[in-house]
Amino acid sequence: MTLTIPSFQLVSIGPALTLTVTAILILMLDALTKGRKAYFPYLSLAGLLLAAFQTIDLWGKAGTDFAGMIYTDNFTFLFYLIFILGTALTVLLSPRYLEDYGKDLGEYYALLLFSTVGMMLMAAGAHLIMIFLGLEIMSIAVYVLAGLFREDARSNEAALKYLILGSFASAFLLFGMAMLYGASGGTLFLNDLAGKLAGATALQPLILLAIALLVVGFGFKVASVPFHMWTPDVYEGAPTSVTAFMAVGVKAAAFAAFARVFFLAFPAFKMDWNMLLWVLAVATMTVGNVVAIAQTNIKRMLAYSSIAHAGYLLVAIIAANQLGAVSLIYYLLAYTLMNLGAFGVVILVGRKKDSYLNIYDYSGLSTEYPALAAAMALFMFALAGIPPTAGFVGKFYIFSAAVKAGYIWLAILGVMNSLVSVYYYLRITVLMYMRPAEADLGPIACTPAQNAVLLVTAAGVLLIGIFPGFLYDLGMNAVKIFPGL
Amino acid sequence: MQLPILSILIFFPVVGIVLLLFLNKENKQGLKMATLVISLFEFLFSLPLWFNFDSTTAAMQFVERHNWLPSYGISYYVGIDGFSLLLILLTTFLTPLCVLATWTDIQHRVKEFMICLLALMSGMIGVFAALDLFLFYVFWEVMLIPMYLLIGVWGNPARRVYAAIKFFLFTMFGSLLMLVAILFLYFHYGATTGTYTFDLLKMYGLSIPFHMQFWMFLAFGLAFMIKVPMFPFHTWLPDAHTEAPTVGSVILAAVLLKMGTYGFLRFNMPLFPQAAHYFVPLFSILALIGIIYGALVSMMQKDLKRLIAFSSVSHLGFVMLGLFTYTMQGVQGGIIQMINHGLSTGALFLIVGMIYERRHTRMIADFGGLSNVMPVYATIFMIVTLSSIGLPGLNGFVGEFLILLGAFKTNVAYSVLGATGVIFAACYMLWMFQRVMFGTVTNEKNLGLEDLSWREIAIFAPLILFIVWIGVYPSTFLDKTRATTENFVAQMDKAKATQVSLNQVFKGEKAQ
Repeated sequence: MTLTIPSFQLVSIGPALTLTVTAILILMLDALTKGRKAYFPYLSLAGLLLAAFQTIDLWGKAGTDFAGMIYTDNFTFLFYLIFILGTALTVLLSPRYLEDYGKDLGEYYALLLFSTVGMMLMAAGAHLIMIFLGLEIMSIAVYVLAGLFREDARSNEAALKYLILGSFASAFLLFGMAMLYGASGGTLFLNDLAGKLAGATALQPLILLAIALLVVGFGFKVASVPFHMWTPDVYEGAPTSVTAFMAVGVKAAAFAAFARVFFLAFPAFKMDWNMLLWVLAVATMTVGNVVAIAQTNIKRMLAYSSIAHAGYLLVAIIAANQLGAVSLIYYLLAYTLMNLGAFGVVILVGRKKDSYLNIYDYSGLSTEYPALAAAMALFMFALAGIPPTAGFVGKFYIFSAAVKAGYIWLAILGVMNSLVSVYYYLRITVLMYMRPAEADLGPIACTPAQNAVLLVTAAGVLLIGIFPGFLYDLGMNAVKIFPGL
Repeated sequence: MQLPILSILIFFPVVGIVLLLFLNKENKQGLKMATLVISLFEFLFSLPLWFNFDSTTAAMQFVERHNWLPSYGISYYVGIDGFSLLLILLTTFLTPLCVLATWTDIQHRVKEFMICLLALMSGMIGVFAALDLFLFYVFWEVMLIPMYLLIGVWGNPARRVYAAIKFFLFTMFGSLLMLVAILFLYFHYGATTGTYTFDLLKMYGLSIPFHMQFWMFLAFGLAFMIKVPMFPFHTWLPDAHTEAPTVGSVILAAVLLKMGTYGFLRFNMPLFPQAAHYFVPLFSILALIGIIYGALVSMMQKDLKRLIAFSSVSHLGFVMLGLFTYTMQGVQGGIIQMINHGLSTGALFLIVGMIYERRHTRMIADFGGLSNVMPVYATIFMIVTLSSIGLPGLNGFVGEFLILLGAFKTNVAYSVLGATGVIFAACYMLWMFQRVMFGTVTNEKNLGLEDLSWREIAIFAPLILFIVWIGVYPSTFLDKTRATTENFVAQMDKAKATQVSLNQVFKGEKAQ
């Protein structure tokens, strides 16, 4: 028997390799050198920058590599760029925050990068096992990151909760994949699944069960109701920079895989999973938005808001047309910018071991720190979906995809939900602009890196909100890979 | 090449905002002066619209069109006709006066206030000029933020936050449903014609099945009804008006409410003409309820600002009544009444604001006999009051007369009921005026009140000029809208012939 090694090109996973090497390098340096850790963020940024260049270099490729295990197409590369952007902004936000906690650790940056590698593999996965591997690489790094503050009880709780529930969800996902393996007659390649499953009419109950299990697994990662229970606690307990990272990166990666699997593998069962997701989307939007109103901790509020946004994103998947896929990409980019911006402000205001996380601490912020308050107001309006911000265009795309697919009621429920969300986002602006200061915030010092994050996110939110055309065309080009849409 | 006047009007205030950002925020008078100069320039820039406007055609003029999101059929497409011309001029005319009115009124966060004011101006002109549904929606929403801040930051401390949020949520509720309707219309147009576009004028030509018109009329209509506001969606208005700072109330009453009525004219009626005919009874009756209810509630108010706010409900009821007649007189009356309401109610809010600045109360009971102390003030107040009532010779009469004439043609009962509103208006306005102005001075604090300063007189002079001008020679203004109105009425008449019934909406029957 001869063993043939399929031909492959390392350059196809170049960005992921770069980040892996950077992460390992950081770990080594951390172990070998004592004391001098200030350059880890720079090193991470350099790695991310290189990865971004590699991604852009790959642009325009199509097809698969590594024996059909990963996709190399523009859909993947767009998501690479979103992950890299999210990670880079997180890295910029972190040093000062970790310093305040006395936790300036090298492994923090290494874990961030490893997690990013996992996200990339999820977005690129062409085989269900590949997607599962990516998911686990990403998740394990994030479990550790959530528990970074060992002495903090809430951080511990967050990590443990996330780990246990996350493993549970992964098991569901894996079980679903196993069933698909059986039902399809022994393949897990996304390209083949659709054809094989469409033929297997006798096994329909099994396939539907498998789809349901996959929905559980992905639903957990994107924080969709009713698999959202972990979200508020983990978001609140985890270090704020990690929360920001989780809220944008993990969600984006999970949605990339979610969309790819459902668009490619299950077009024959569209009616069935559409109905299921319809209910989940409405529940997710409603629960997220309604419960967010009752929150007084800003991190919890943003956690519920992230649940609600998962609901909007589900609408894009339900629409299952090209517009829906484009809106998914656009919205995730917009969400990355506005949410990281908002968390950046939370980190700045929170300071000193997160002492100022109550929303009432934001009272009167505009008198002392007009620029900070203006940035926060911009992010809140963007999250609420008010023009001319990226949040508005994102919602506009998503709901137009829904209307195009004939889901008028879903669109109506969606916009009514964003009306509810206006209330709690607006409350932050009310506090900042219309109430006198309550807590004595003391001086808020921004590092240049933190300033840069706020500047980039604020400018980005406005820029892609006012000129969305370029991204729309990129997205349209990228989603051509889904034949059924 | 033609100068892009509309774009200049829309974006010049944005340039102004950037300029203001560089000024020191402690230099309050300087900031106000700068804003005044910016808004005066804006007014100057808007004058060519009036003089170069071709009133013989109903076509859009000063059109500019640039691709914005071409693959989606979205373009930056602006242009005006007779309907929007007057409203844009009203906006640019009132803004400098509003800046003057803040001279002593606004003393904290002046810089932010002026930025909000300019942003609002930009958004308002954008709404009136937009001919692309997406562009229109963007301006429509963008404007919410500065107005929300005006009410919430500079309003009356006790209830400003409540009023601001209520304003925001009410408006947002309507406009979000409108967004879904816009999307539906977009895809329907695309599916029928093969081209996907948000171009409003192209959509005018589309004949939409009645059952779709029915729902879309309601979705668009809700957004505009809330903005007008029509009974029963008016409840945000008294709060927003009462709590807003003087200038906020002026802009809210004079321009923002007109966006609702303008929306009906520009979007609801021409896009969904059959539904528009179908809904005439419902909307006319709601308008009549608004007229009478607004007037009756006004009569009972103890707070001057609330009284004027409710009188707005009544006046806007007249406008809606006129528009829904689809006759020359009714529609032209409605448009002229929009302008009238902007001038008179704007002036009334300024008048109340000035007395509030002096006495820090707006309760009618706290005043009495002011005409002895402040003769100039009393004279101006009298003129504006009479204009608001609709005394012949002043602007209010022209609008109300035309509207009632139009209503008489379509349904005598509407006209008769509407006319009672005029009588009620006389009751509440004159009674209020009597209690505030006549008799002897009952409250000692009022003895020392200073009469109007030259600055304040300068604010009212142009307002009164136009109040009289429209009253005496309305043709100047009616001529500008005639061609557009004729075209509008002709279009609406065409749609009248088709028979429609609710069965088409709910049971899917085909049109006759």
